[in-house]
Amino acid sequence: MKTWKTWSSAAALAAGLALGTLSTGAARAEETIKVGILHSLSGTMAISETTLKDVMLMLIAEQNAKGGVLGKKLEPVVVDPASNWPLFAEKARELISKDKVSAVFGCWTSVSRKSVLPVFKELDNILFYPVQYEGEESERNVFYTGAAPNQQAIPAVDYLMSEDGGGAKRWVLEGTDYVYPRTTNKILEAYLKSKGVAAEDIMINYTPFGFSDWQTEVSKIKAFGSAGKKTAVVSTINGDANVPFYKELGNQGIKATDIPVVAFSVGEEELAGIDAKPLVGHLAAWNYFESIKTPENEEFIKKWQAFKKNPKATTNDPMEASYIGFNMWVKAVEKAGTTDPDKVIAALPGIEQKNLTGGTAQMLPNHHITKPVFIGEIEANGQFDVVWKTDKLIPGEAWSKQLDGSKDLEADWVKLNCGNYNTKTKKCGGA
Amino acid sequence: MTRLLTLLFLLLAGPALAQAPDPYAQLAGDGYAEIEAGVAGLAASGDPRAGVILSALSDGRLLVRPSDKALLIRQGAGVVDARTGAAAPDDPALKPVRANNRVRRGIEAAQGQLNLVSPDPAKRREAADAVFKARDAAALPALDTALAREKDAGVKQVMSEARAAVLLAKPGTAESEKLASLPAIQARGDGDAMGILRGLGADPSEAVRAAAGRGIAAIETRLAILGALQNVWYGISLGSVLLLAAIGLAITFGVMGIINMAHGEMVMLGAYTTYLVQEAIRTKAPALFPWSLAISIPCAFLVAGLVGVLIERFIIRFLYGRPLETLLATFGVSLVLQQAVRSLFGPTNREVGAPAFMSGAFDFYGLSITWGRMWIILFSLAVFLGLLFVLRKTSFGLKTRAVTQNRRMAAAMGIRTPYVDALTFGLGSGIAGIAGVALSQIDNVSPNLGQGYIIDSFLVVVFGGVGNLWGTLVAALTLGVVNKLAEPYIGAVLAKIGLLIFIILFIQKRPRGLFALKGRAVES
Repeated sequence: MKTWKTWSSAAALAAGLALGTLSTGAARAEETIKVGILHSLSGTMAISETTLKDVMLMLIAEQNAKGGVLGKKLEPVVVDPASNWPLFAEKARELISKDKVSAVFGCWTSVSRKSVLPVFKELDNILFYPVQYEGEESERNVFYTGAAPNQQAIPAVDYLMSEDGGGAKRWVLEGTDYVYPRTTNKILEAYLKSKGVAAEDIMINYTPFGFSDWQTEVSKIKAFGSAGKKTAVVSTINGDANVPFYKELGNQGIKATDIPVVAFSVGEEELAGIDAKPLVGHLAAWNYFESIKTPENEEFIKKWQAFKKNPKATTNDPMEASYIGFNMWVKAVEKAGTTDPDKVIAALPGIEQKNLTGGTAQMLPNHHITKPVFIGEIEANGQFDVVWKTDKLIPGEAWSKQLDGSKDLEADWVKLNCGNYNTKTKKCGGA
Repeated sequence: MTRLLTLLFLLLAGPALAQAPDPYAQLAGDGYAEIEAGVAGLAASGDPRAGVILSALSDGRLLVRPSDKALLIRQGAGVVDARTGAAAPDDPALKPVRANNRVRRGIEAAQGQLNLVSPDPAKRREAADAVFKARDAAALPALDTALAREKDAGVKQVMSEARAAVLLAKPGTAESEKLASLPAIQARGDGDAMGILRGLGADPSEAVRAAAGRGIAAIETRLAILGALQNVWYGISLGSVLLLAAIGLAITFGVMGIINMAHGEMVMLGAYTTYLVQEAIRTKAPALFPWSLAISIPCAFLVAGLVGVLIERFIIRFLYGRPLETLLATFGVSLVLQQAVRSLFGPTNREVGAPAFMSGAFDFYGLSITWGRMWIILFSLAVFLGLLFVLRKTSFGLKTRAVTQNRRMAAAMGIRTPYVDALTFGLGSGIAGIAGVALSQIDNVSPNLGQGYIIDSFLVVVFGGVGNLWGTLVAALTLGVVNKLAEPYIGAVLAKIGLLIFIILFIQKRPRGLFALKGRAVES
């Protein structure tokens, strides 16, 4: 018994000592502001996410060269969740509890965002999410700087229906089988039907992740397209599966003038892996293209290529979203005068930041931002030629107006302090 | 007097006013609709420069001078006036005339009209195809002249199909003319023909609707048969890819019994070797590019084979007879190789170009067959037969079989078994590397390339019967064809799930696969 007591008091002493060192450590950490970067550097998502880590490092270095934030230098803390969804939650916890970061920039796939959500709520920190996604979410701790469906999918479909876009009457919705394509396609299907497209003129198809044998799918599209009506394909195919898909389109001779394909996940980065010549004229809808000529964009590309020491390094939409998110955070911290997450969250709505492609993005009370929408056609050099753009910035909708469960919901963290306020029942808490 | 002058003026200006707007001015205009109208106007105007201007527009070489909206064409280093072809001063302010899909469709149709009288029959056929697709009534006079002049029977047929399509699409065509056009479309019998006939569903004439309906029914039967054949072909093609991926594993896992989780990475190394070989050829000897894949095959074999031998010598050698440890060790190796490639080449895909003979498709009695897939099928069969030859007819093959069947007896006969082990593992890995050369043509060349094939490879080898090369062949083709036959009906996701369930049930019933080896060596 006595030994136990001795031991426990020794343990308490040791704990006290450890606490002491910790607090001195914390005191020293006060000199910098830590910023967490939570992007996969290995595994399947490394192809897309590694660039975002690099962009964040570049932005932080640049901000430090300007004198940091609130007179303190920023210190990036990079972790690798390795494309492993549960590991995202663990690493997020590590960043917030152990490294005491003031904000986290990260995630790509929706499933990784969903897996870190409880951590950010529990530990009350801020996540900036820079990728276009399916919407149907608005969380107090998350700021969505990528596009919501109404800022990408719906304008793209509008363009294809227009005279300039070819006046499509028949639609193939082709996607990878997971939450983003399924939700987006549900929204698009409802939207198309509201525009008078008959159910037999819509074909919805899903393929597994990393699908590589597209022969049957492409010939199905070809057959569907030969019904005497102008046909278009809306592709929510994700990641690696795109390259074999486009190769098969080229091989089976489906040209953009016959059946145009508009993609929501194909950017400059993905095209770098294919010979773009057979794809000329296929489309992509984004809020940013590298080829858009503005002074801000040219400067950004120059800095990026210098940072990567590669004169051919490409830029893409999620990189711009990271840029906007980071600068908004810096402005909000300066406005709040502190890095305390609660105060920064309160300061963020209303913050404005210039887009790289013209116009000024504004953080909305629903934690989404306003964005311009561009439709680009693939050019032979793997870049996009912008053929259409919205005449004004479009505010991001957290809840789609097309879906039954969500059209009555409203997200407003400023007035209502609620992410899913039901305008029918006048209650916070969903449908 | 004034009245007389006005009248005179009107008389003079009248024809000019009634004329269509100047296509040159339209091409220099802003909206895509205006540019498209300019393209159509230019083709209809009979201007001898039309062909040159249209091809410049489709290549992005047609420029407009913002100051006076003059059209210019970039030719080599200089610039020429579009209207006259005379040299013009270069100017940094020149802007290219922009083209989108709408304009490009217009260009295709216009070039179709212009090329109908080209001296080259292949060009004429292409032109007739373009007219068939565009179905523009404006092309009708040109088409009629070309038809009257055409000697080549094949081209003539496409032209008459195009003429029929135009007539059917043109509003105001007489019923009798429509009925006369229908058989040509029905005889064509493909998806496009079906599209045209379906479009006639709302035709005012009862007789046309009925004839179109009969045509649709006839084409539907034909397309259904073709569709089934096409699916079998896709299945064989998928099977050949599975065979390629699995055949190396049939050696390392099937013959040697090593659970090699790094097998997919050998495929990946082969693909990256192809990339490096192509890069070297592009910079050093561009003339060799069509041969780049042939040159890559031995390189990929050597690189992957060498890595295989190293893995065998330094890791697997110590783990023979301990399958679990082998599995974990090779899984580790696979992660190390993936990350090494990712660090060396970056996480993004690398572009491996397709030589001309691998791109495009050809028509085989209505089946559309892509060249790339056909070569891969032939290549996988060649690799399979080559491997069979090595194992059956060479002294190395004999030693391999002896060692795997009875190691101690083989050693007693004077065979250096460790040496044979290393070479056999190297052979299996090298074959995987060769598979990588072919897969670089149809899949992403990324560090994750191998991950997508490892599960399928094990499935094929286990399903076919461990240790039996013929079993691997039959299993690969069966799985490919079954998968592709199911896909159109239940979708790609369910087809894959169904296949996995089928194999689980099959292995329950026959644990040794389709073609089980018999004999004492197996029983032990």
